[in-house]
Amino acid sequence: MTDITIKLINAVLAVVAGIGIALALYWVLNKLAELLPGRNEDRIKPYLYILPAYLAITVYLIWPTIQSVIASFQNDIGTEWVGTDNYTKLLSDPAFRSTIYNTFLWMLVVPAACIVIGLAVATLADRLSPRGEKFSKTIIFLPMAISAIGAATVWNFVYETRPEGQPQIGLLNAIVTAFGHAPVAWLEQSQLHFNSFMLMVVLLWAQVGFSMVLLSSAVKGVPVDTLEAARIDGANEWQIFFRVVIPQIKGTIITVFITVLITVMKIFDIIYVMTNGNFNTNVVGNEFYNQFSTYFNNGTASAIVVMLMIAVIPIMIYQVRHFKAEEAAA
Amino acid sequence: MSSTAQVPPVTATETKQKRKATHFDANPAKAGWATKLVLTVLCLAWFIPVLGTFITSFRPLEQAESSGWWQVFTQPSYIKDFTLENYHEALVGKGMGDAFINSFAIVLPATFIPILIAAFAAYAFTFMEFWGRDFLFLAIVSLLVVPNYVAFVPLSKIYGNLGMSGTFPAVWLAHIGFGMSLAIYILRNYMATLPRTVIESAKIDGASHYQTFFRLILPMSVPALAAFAIFQFLWVWNDLLVALVFIGPGENEPVTVALTHLKGQLGQGWNLTTAGGFFTMIVPIAVFLALQRFFVRGLTAGAVKG
Repeated sequence: MTDITIKLINAVLAVVAGIGIALALYWVLNKLAELLPGRNEDRIKPYLYILPAYLAITVYLIWPTIQSVIASFQNDIGTEWVGTDNYTKLLSDPAFRSTIYNTFLWMLVVPAACIVIGLAVATLADRLSPRGEKFSKTIIFLPMAISAIGAATVWNFVYETRPEGQPQIGLLNAIVTAFGHAPVAWLEQSQLHFNSFMLMVVLLWAQVGFSMVLLSSAVKGVPVDTLEAARIDGANEWQIFFRVVIPQIKGTIITVFITVLITVMKIFDIIYVMTNGNFNTNVVGNEFYNQFSTYFNNGTASAIVVMLMIAVIPIMIYQVRHFKAEEAAA
Repeated sequence: MSSTAQVPPVTATETKQKRKATHFDANPAKAGWATKLVLTVLCLAWFIPVLGTFITSFRPLEQAESSGWWQVFTQPSYIKDFTLENYHEALVGKGMGDAFINSFAIVLPATFIPILIAAFAAYAFTFMEFWGRDFLFLAIVSLLVVPNYVAFVPLSKIYGNLGMSGTFPAVWLAHIGFGMSLAIYILRNYMATLPRTVIESAKIDGASHYQTFFRLILPMSVPALAAFAIFQFLWVWNDLLVALVFIGPGENEPVTVALTHLKGQLGQGWNLTTAGGFFTMIVPIAVFLALQRFFVRGLTAGAVKG
């Protein structure tokens, strides 16, 4: 038997065992509940049904959050309490400050750009024939299926730089040299954070499809009579777009904004693969990974996570409020 | 019966219209040249980078390194030299074939198990009364945005102690935990739209919750289950961070991790990197194109994920 067959058999066995155990778990839980006398069965059952879910959430999100907070007040190997040292060290470090600054730049640019481009495609494609619309939307949406590291590979190749005089195999430098300019090392141009913007292009490329799909279904949901009424009143297309369409899809715009914002706050893969934070392109996610996985600084890494958690809290509050309002309306 | 049959024909042209009036028909604003130009430019900008990757993955090393991929359109002799050698080298020589199997071994349980667990929980939240229900569900909603970074430091310590680092169950469980809140959220929101009378009549007929769940609610929830399944499948398949931390490079690494060190080796051409890169994309692109409808529904159902 070849190695690959053994590998395949092992993989299949692992998959079957994993799924089988999960199914067996519920069967056992249900049998246990049925053993209980009459009324207790109905009282206990809901808790048995949600138990595995909450076990998973507790072990993988709630308990680690508490542990991370604790670890953030300890030294990097977790042997001593150091108070707020990890935080003060990080926040007084100019390198980490520019990491935070870069992350803010991403948060400022990417969600907004995502919405503008996504909305543009959604609105413009809406005017094409149904076939043209479907085709152009599939093209824009396709990168959503690709991993961030796949996207980084694709764009690293676009940004590839060869020394002057050699043939440029990167598309962008081929264009630049064709116009008689010297080739540019795109990802090393840190003046005005130019290289960070080049990296943002990669995330935009991957995320605009998401924004477009949600906004497109919202744009299509705008009642046609409101558009016609505006037209009869003499509004031009721009006025209709900004005064009639936008106000009616505000909810979706906020949803897209928040989702992309969270993605951006945690952005890691693209930077890790393309620059690993060099040339002043570092972001919080990559810094966390390096502190944790490259330098084994658990205390510092935990402090970064806690700061990220604190930054997420306003979004969390908004989510809960939004959900409550929707439930009340339903 | 078509809906046009109810519309009284006013003019001859209107009776020809077979399909129902869509947003497109009703919107008098049609695409002008500017619209078409902008969309064409955007589509090209979106598509050309992938095309370049795709073409380069078939080129021999010397050519890929010495001439741009677009030159295959001007010099047909390049096309004759197209080869599958890069894929062979990436799959067999660089171990991406093994990684491909690993990716499946990771993604299948990491997709199926959370669905099962979440479906049970969603059923309880939708159709059962119990103390603390609303509070527990609000906890799910608020956990949607918690970044999974919180888990890495404490859990790799535990995995280390248990000797679980680098195993499949280590990542399965992590993905189950990270995907759970979104799964419950999507499924519960969907189940809440199912007709309650069906469930009540099943109860009167003497069906237990267990039977109702497996025979009625699960089959009725297929659209939402599929939506989440695709979502989670793509998420796990494309994940790099969780795999790097809990499995790491080595025997059980998935394609995303394999691709990172395919890039890191010296003296390696873009022909191999693009082949490896494209290889990692084949499955998600196929899943995506085949099941786009469900995927879009999943996106609209539960957009926010932490």
